[in-house]
Amino acid sequence: MTINSIQNEIIEEFSVFSEWLEKYEYLIELGKDLPLIDDKFKKDEYLIKGCQSKVWLHAELIDGNIKFTADSDAIITKGIIGLVIRVFSDHTPQEIIDTDLYFIDKIGLQEHLSPTRSNGLLAMLKQIKMYALAFQAKQK
Amino acid sequence: MNNQSTYFDIEKVRADFPILNTSVNGKPLIYFDNGATSQKPTAVITAINNFYSHQNSNIHRGVHTLSQNATNAFEEARKKVQLFVNAEHNHEIIFTRGTTESINLIAHTFRKQFLKKGDEIIISTMEHHSNIVPWQLVCEENEAVLKVIPINDKGELLIDEYKKLISSKTKLVSITHVSNTLGTINPIEEIIKIAKENGAYTLIDGAQAVPHTKIDVQKLDCDFYVFSGHKMYGPTGIGVLYGKEKILNNLPPYQGGGDMIKTVSFEKTTYNELPHKFEAGTPHIAGGIGLGVAVDYMNNIGIENIEAYEQELLTYATTQIKTINGIRIIGEAQKKAGVLSFLVNNTHPSDIGLIIDKLGVAIRTGHHCTEPLMNRLGIPGTARASFSFYNTKKEIDIFVDAVSKAVKMLA
Repeated sequence: MTINSIQNEIIEEFSVFSEWLEKYEYLIELGKDLPLIDDKFKKDEYLIKGCQSKVWLHAELIDGNIKFTADSDAIITKGIIGLVIRVFSDHTPQEIIDTDLYFIDKIGLQEHLSPTRSNGLLAMLKQIKMYALAFQAKQK
Repeated sequence: MNNQSTYFDIEKVRADFPILNTSVNGKPLIYFDNGATSQKPTAVITAINNFYSHQNSNIHRGVHTLSQNATNAFEEARKKVQLFVNAEHNHEIIFTRGTTESINLIAHTFRKQFLKKGDEIIISTMEHHSNIVPWQLVCEENEAVLKVIPINDKGELLIDEYKKLISSKTKLVSITHVSNTLGTINPIEEIIKIAKENGAYTLIDGAQAVPHTKIDVQKLDCDFYVFSGHKMYGPTGIGVLYGKEKILNNLPPYQGGGDMIKTVSFEKTTYNELPHKFEAGTPHIAGGIGLGVAVDYMNNIGIENIEAYEQELLTYATTQIKTINGIRIIGEAQKKAGVLSFLVNNTHPSDIGLIIDKLGVAIRTGHHCTEPLMNRLGIPGTARASFSFYNTKKEIDIFVDAVSKAVKMLA
């Protein structure tokens, strides 16, 4: 699946929710279910520190695709991270560099990316692009 | 629980604050983030509007009528603040941008005048970053030493430890009156007295105290007392530095510019008298006037009534929130202002804050700009509800239900 078809799939999934709390319930479930990161990567080296919550992000290149794993100490943030990983993980650096993230806006979670939320998500998205650039440079 | 107050007509008071009628996420707003900033009564909003509509002009320099009127209104506000905190002179009230700027003003000028290598400054574990970082900068620059009064697990200062820290080397003790994170009301009378016995100057951060309790700077006998307008129902961008006349006169100017000078030549500039010496440039005139009106508003309700009612809200909220399983109240000092910090089981405070926001309840989550305090307590942050006299027990009921719901969702 392309990155965009995964984004569209998530938008479709969220279209059934009429209420905010339902969205949050879903994100909480996602956050609970997903074992997102190996404990050995849950250290300061991989930490993106927000004012509100912490995010850990790890990336490795496997057979030309980047595999992202991540975690957060706050569960709603973790749920959103789960979605972001689902979108970007297992794609080539070039695909990740070329694709714009739009699903967060479309499912009404853009406020979570505002700098004032300071939950580490915005920094995490920047970091994902940085990893893609770095791996691409390495491949060349 | 009904909206009742034996101290004043709560419905009438609520009607004075237009924002309390708004909805958030389709629910009536319940505003419990008063520690961050308070809402503004119509009287304050009108005063600001009125200034720009009818009085706007620069102050302290015009001969024309508008300028005279604006100057009078601004200086009248200073007088109101003076009486509100019972300063001896109105020129002991310096208008700043807020508590942070007031502390920085003192840190910067005090360093130059009084601080030598090896001198010591005492703060406490529960200080806001704005009463930590300016002193760290000053200590670094002057090779002075910063000492920190520890706290107990309830969030109370250990006065015996303070007595051990203080000595003839201590030049300044800078302590918060009320903790923004825990609500602890510190025994500042005793702290100031001990500082005096050791020849140290005293600065009290009153940002969380002035909106909620009677302040008498002469009785306290502190050298500096600082606070913000926007936490006491006034506008943002205006704050106060109270300082004793004699000490303020001894301090060098902070910023250079217009209004703070007497004469300027390239050879020698002489400085203006208090308070203008510390108010370089055009001040926040509308803000000052708005703050004066906020003071009038508080006086009309009566600060004693405000304090008593807010204590009632705190007691009620504390009792009600304890009905939630797994609740842990952070900050259980014997004397507390209307601040309720809490954690529930292993849930992250930001998750609780996000969910109850969707239910219309505004609280603060995070470390509240008190990271060293969070480290001392071994927690990443708290969820904090902070009350004001326009809040009600009915709102507390809705808030407690919302937190319960969030906890269930997160369990």
